[in-house]
Amino acid sequence: MRNTKLATLEDAIVKSGLKDGMTISFHHHFRGGDKVVNLVVDKLAEMGFKNLHLAASSLSDVHEPLIEHIRNGVISKISTSGLRGALADAISHGLMAEPVIFRSHGGRGSAIANGRLHIDVAFLGASSSDELGNACGYSRSENAKSICGSLGYALPDARYADHVVVITDDLVSYPNVPRSISAADVESVVVVDSVGDSSKISAGAIRDSKNPRDILLAKQAAKVVINSGYFKEGFSIQTGTGGASLAVVKYIRESMIEKGIKASFALGGITAHMVKLHEEGLIGKLIDVQSFDKVAAESLKNDPSHQEVSSVEYASGEHLGSATHALDIVILSALEVDVNFNVNVLVGSDGIIRGAIGGHQDTAADSALSIIVCPLLRGRIPCIVPKVTTLITPGSGVDVVVTEYGIAVNPSRPEIAERLKAAGLNIVDIQSLSDKARSIIGTPAELPFGDKVVGIVMNRDGSVLDRIYNIV
Amino acid sequence: MMFVPGNNPGMMQDAHIYGPDCIMLDLEDSVTMAEKDAARLLVHNALKSIDYGGTEMVVRINPLSTPYGRKDVEAVVKAGVDVIRMPKTETADEVRELEAEILKVETELGCVGRTRIMAAIESALGIVNAHAIATASPRMMGIALGAEDYTANLKTQRSASGAELLLARETIVVAARAAGICCFDTVYSNLDDMDTFRKEVELVKTLGFDGKSIINPRQIEVVNEVFTPSEKEILKARTILAAIKEAQAKGSGVIAVNGKMVDRPVVIRAERTIALALAAGVINKEDLQ
Repeated sequence: MRNTKLATLEDAIVKSGLKDGMTISFHHHFRGGDKVVNLVVDKLAEMGFKNLHLAASSLSDVHEPLIEHIRNGVISKISTSGLRGALADAISHGLMAEPVIFRSHGGRGSAIANGRLHIDVAFLGASSSDELGNACGYSRSENAKSICGSLGYALPDARYADHVVVITDDLVSYPNVPRSISAADVESVVVVDSVGDSSKISAGAIRDSKNPRDILLAKQAAKVVINSGYFKEGFSIQTGTGGASLAVVKYIRESMIEKGIKASFALGGITAHMVKLHEEGLIGKLIDVQSFDKVAAESLKNDPSHQEVSSVEYASGEHLGSATHALDIVILSALEVDVNFNVNVLVGSDGIIRGAIGGHQDTAADSALSIIVCPLLRGRIPCIVPKVTTLITPGSGVDVVVTEYGIAVNPSRPEIAERLKAAGLNIVDIQSLSDKARSIIGTPAELPFGDKVVGIVMNRDGSVLDRIYNIV
Repeated sequence: MMFVPGNNPGMMQDAHIYGPDCIMLDLEDSVTMAEKDAARLLVHNALKSIDYGGTEMVVRINPLSTPYGRKDVEAVVKAGVDVIRMPKTETADEVRELEAEILKVETELGCVGRTRIMAAIESALGIVNAHAIATASPRMMGIALGAEDYTANLKTQRSASGAELLLARETIVVAARAAGICCFDTVYSNLDDMDTFRKEVELVKTLGFDGKSIINPRQIEVVNEVFTPSEKEILKARTILAAIKEAQAKGSGVIAVNGKMVDRPVVIRAERTIALALAAGVINKEDLQ
């Protein structure tokens, strides 16, 4: 190869022109198994960089080592969709001088595309790449190690960052096509031993939930879908990956077969369940920004009607071409829903950050029908509350809330309430659900928030939705 | 009837959301010796403070021969339980002993006669005395089979076919019917084998049981499917009852529906079908008018 881009990580960093105070970015397709963020930031620390802005599509438990890098001044700012584990706990307690900026997946995509989030150097892990940087989240070689499927969240970074470094553990011969990331966008290719722990990247086989509460909620949510008025030939659907959301797919499938209804496409995080329906001919196309398991990753590799999309194409509020604008039904989960249908998926009832916005804001706002599946109680924690701890998804985009004690419909959607009532479903006022939770659990103590802002929740258009304060 | 351990607040808190006909909070076998007092307190408070939405509430107490039995009776009667389930019942005298114990607490509270009794029969001696147990007190609302202890007592074990339980099951149904009370079948504990569970539910329905004991909400659907009359059965029952009504109005005696003679047993079965359909919520009273 005459024009190889192969370099060591250190050489690639030097070549990128990275300076103190600049913005570096990462994707989270390797989920809990990700090794790229820690590998790169360790190297940047060793090379003496300071005050960097780390803009990841999301961060999780595995990124605990960032705590030290924040304390040592290597990282001074973070933008992400979510935080979990020890890093989230430390940040909630006031670890950082600057607040973390939280964006939805669609919000991040459009912020990158519109220049609100400028990336200087993107470090993008890939399951395979050739030495010019044609890269993807799967591999056709026998050396495939770390398969994640779609690289949807990395595509805006690849396209808009000033400098792109692809990091892979499976260097394949040119040309690695079809590809996700184009060599035209890539400046360097770094080969490492491992980009991710495959056992933690995705579940091998999804098992159906046996939790009776999940099953109950899923059956109710499926009845809402089926009787909503949107369950008809050519409908489109997106679901989350929680036990209840996955089980909903199972019950909807039965009804699709019984009534002879087919969906035009399924969107979002794609799971084995959705692949199964697609292969059975019940879903026409799969639009995949993130593959949640090996079955989905394999399907993306092999099936031309299983299409990878970037987070901009998936869910940008500012690009009319994004898929969420064509979405009929989305089924989402929640940590808390309040009596105004506002949803929190980010901050726990203890005030500690423990989740991610993901596509919640985007799909709720853009879909024709958004259904939140949320138990009234999780143990001693009430989940239908007078006011959410942190506002993530405004109630204006939330249509139906399914709990084990009844189904609440947003008063702005009276026609849906009528249809569900006519189908014999137990429709209740959301205030009565909040009251019910209080009658069982009592009123929880106020959270001990301090006065330091540790997080800022952005709306999709770049405005501020809410602030997260430190917990004392 | 869904069994819920009396030492598990998470399960007790909302057991009714799954829609069992009846919830049995257990103070006996699912609670260890060390937790008997704590569980009694929990069950007492659950009955007093949780709105179970009209679900019939049963508590299985410890035998009166243990140090816990009498305290259990006092706690649950004071909390207003609907039914006390007495475990390992072998004689009518034991039922009468429990009755006296209940009466003592009810007299103190001024609510004599409120609490009913269900006796679980779990031994060969209990089966031999089934009818005497079923008729031991006007408070008796039902008898139930406890198969694990019973098969151990018989020196055998449970099989998929249930052959070892046949005599006990038939005896319990006959004793309950002779006494005019309800009868409930034992639990099936392999949650991963829904097919065998369904066969067992079908068997006990055929034998004449009123219901099945369950240990997990996932089993409710199967029991309801088996016990709920089909649309065809409901239609047939309604046709028979309508024909009878018409015949009575005309003053004619024997009638025929679809060429078959309708006699007293046919009418009784039709009435039971409609009662079950009403209870299962597949029809409502307005439908019948």
